[in-house]
Amino acid sequence: MSDKEKAGKAAATAALAGVPAEPGAPKQDAILSATGVRRAFGGLVAVDVEHLEVQRGTITALIGPNGAGKTTFFNLVTGFDRPSRGEWDFDGRAAHRMRSYQVARAGMVRTFQLTKALTRMSVLDNMLIGAADQIGERMWAGLVPGVWKKQEAANRERAMELLERFKLVDKREHYAGELSGGQRKLLEMARALMLNPKMIMLDEPMAGVNPALKQSLLEHIKDLREDGMTVLFVEHDMDMVHEIADWVAVMAAGQLITEGTPDQISADQRVIDAYLGAHHDAAQH
Amino acid sequence: MDWQFIFSQALTQAIGPTMLVYALGAIGLNLQFGYTGLLNFGQAAFAAMGAYGLALSVVAWGLPFWWGIVIGLAAACVMALLLGIPTLRLRADYLAIVTIAAAEIVRRLARATVWSDTTGGSDGMRGFSEPFFELIPWDREATWTFLFVSMDGGRLAVDFGIFELQYSYRDTWIMVVGWALVLLITGVMALLIHSPWGRVLKGIREDEEAVRSLGKNVFAYKMQALVMGGIIGAVAGFLFALSRANVQPDTFTTDFTFYFYVVLILGGAARIFGPVLGAALFWFLYNILSQGLSQAIRAEVIPPSVLDATQVGPLVFLLLGLGMVLLLIFRPQGLIGNRKELMFDVR
Repeated sequence: MSDKEKAGKAAATAALAGVPAEPGAPKQDAILSATGVRRAFGGLVAVDVEHLEVQRGTITALIGPNGAGKTTFFNLVTGFDRPSRGEWDFDGRAAHRMRSYQVARAGMVRTFQLTKALTRMSVLDNMLIGAADQIGERMWAGLVPGVWKKQEAANRERAMELLERFKLVDKREHYAGELSGGQRKLLEMARALMLNPKMIMLDEPMAGVNPALKQSLLEHIKDLREDGMTVLFVEHDMDMVHEIADWVAVMAAGQLITEGTPDQISADQRVIDAYLGAHHDAAQH
Repeated sequence: MDWQFIFSQALTQAIGPTMLVYALGAIGLNLQFGYTGLLNFGQAAFAAMGAYGLALSVVAWGLPFWWGIVIGLAAACVMALLLGIPTLRLRADYLAIVTIAAAEIVRRLARATVWSDTTGGSDGMRGFSEPFFELIPWDREATWTFLFVSMDGGRLAVDFGIFELQYSYRDTWIMVVGWALVLLITGVMALLIHSPWGRVLKGIREDEEAVRSLGKNVFAYKMQALVMGGIIGAVAGFLFALSRANVQPDTFTTDFTFYFYVVLILGGAARIFGPVLGAALFWFLYNILSQGLSQAIRAEVIPPSVLDATQVGPLVFLLLGLGMVLLLIFRPQGLIGNRKELMFDVR
């Protein structure tokens, strides 16, 4: 464990010290704070979260069995879906009325469960499209290269640094469609960083990644915290959650059933029940 | 059979006025479909907006020619907005359905008998092109020769030795203006596509949710592409109307749209020069087949019992359709497309 990582872990632990392990627990400095978020598809209530706060500068895992509503909750807070009701603040601003692209501009950037690499574009173009506030993205400015060339060069430099860090620099001229599944995950994460986000939302970052790449992906996620970002991620793999999460929120059947440190969560009977079904031990009685 | 004549005719057409109309229409589609992934099946209606905007302004409302041009462009713009606002937030296929229906509505309205006093109904309108041809900077007596290009009594002739291309006084003007427009618009496209703006469009084509997650207002970009492509379609409509000196509603059927698609796919979608090359090749093939078969029948190379002159038209389209199928099987990227790009699953 590097010194930087130790410091990051210690800071996150300190920030969460004394937070009670119960659903909706208030945090010292919540970057995301959601209240009464509900999403129903017809008669099916997919998400019904009373209150959830995410502590700034930590890695928070959102876990739960299949169909618990984790991805739906992700879609709601990032503006990719509209809630039936509910409000949330992101970084001190009301975010529940924002559209998805406004959420991203406000500093909350997400990735997807099924990686969305822009396949018929080069890896470098995939990165460059992520840069925020590009002058040349206005149609009229696009006509006059002189107006945007300088900013483009700066963005390119940043993109190259990130590609270097994510070990994709040799692939920069390749089509993103030529990358392996794991490399696409890395590219998606690197691309999200082009926006300089305050909070990064990873939807199952480990799904379909081979074990060799898993470790490097874990390190990259820790680096995000060490660089001052807040990470919220959806995951199934409890080993991974144990290894990197500072805090865990557990959802089941659309509701937030508990919160706590990874150790607290592993020992929590409600979590075991949620994963295995409440009646798994019925035979013993 | 006079092969020299057949080839001369086909080459004349391959860079002639009609080819320019196809090229312009396909350039607009290239921005929408090739780069942004918008399935606009109503490009014929955008051309109709241009053609009818011009004709109605000049003939029915007695406005000056340039007002007609402005009104035609504005009409295309309004139509793009009307079609885009309800559909661009939905999945791509909705736009396809709405545009194909809207194009038919436009054509039916244009040929409706209710206001045929104004629009001419199914006969259409004429008499709006004079101001355009009055702009021709040379007169009907102009005669000169420069290398292999010569003008004889206002008509243009290009003599390549074996082949000779000839254009009438008016067609020559259509070509001067048409080629200038094609080059200008292609240049603008090249600048736009290679700018960050163009990069966002390509991103939307690949995966609009991903682009949205990166903070881009996808709806606004799609709208810009739809409007720009529609305006270029209206320019194709101007040239079409002026080259024929009339507008007729039934020339704006969905076939017209699909020729634009054929041209675009033949040349190579998402390539700057794809529409221009595609239009030249499409119209060359169409003409060489038509001319060749007609000549062969006339010279009795093909006996009348096998094929008669009235069957040439349908047969040519049948052959072009077959060619299109073979192209999609063996060279799906078109003339200058990038095969590698087609090997990835888009979604």
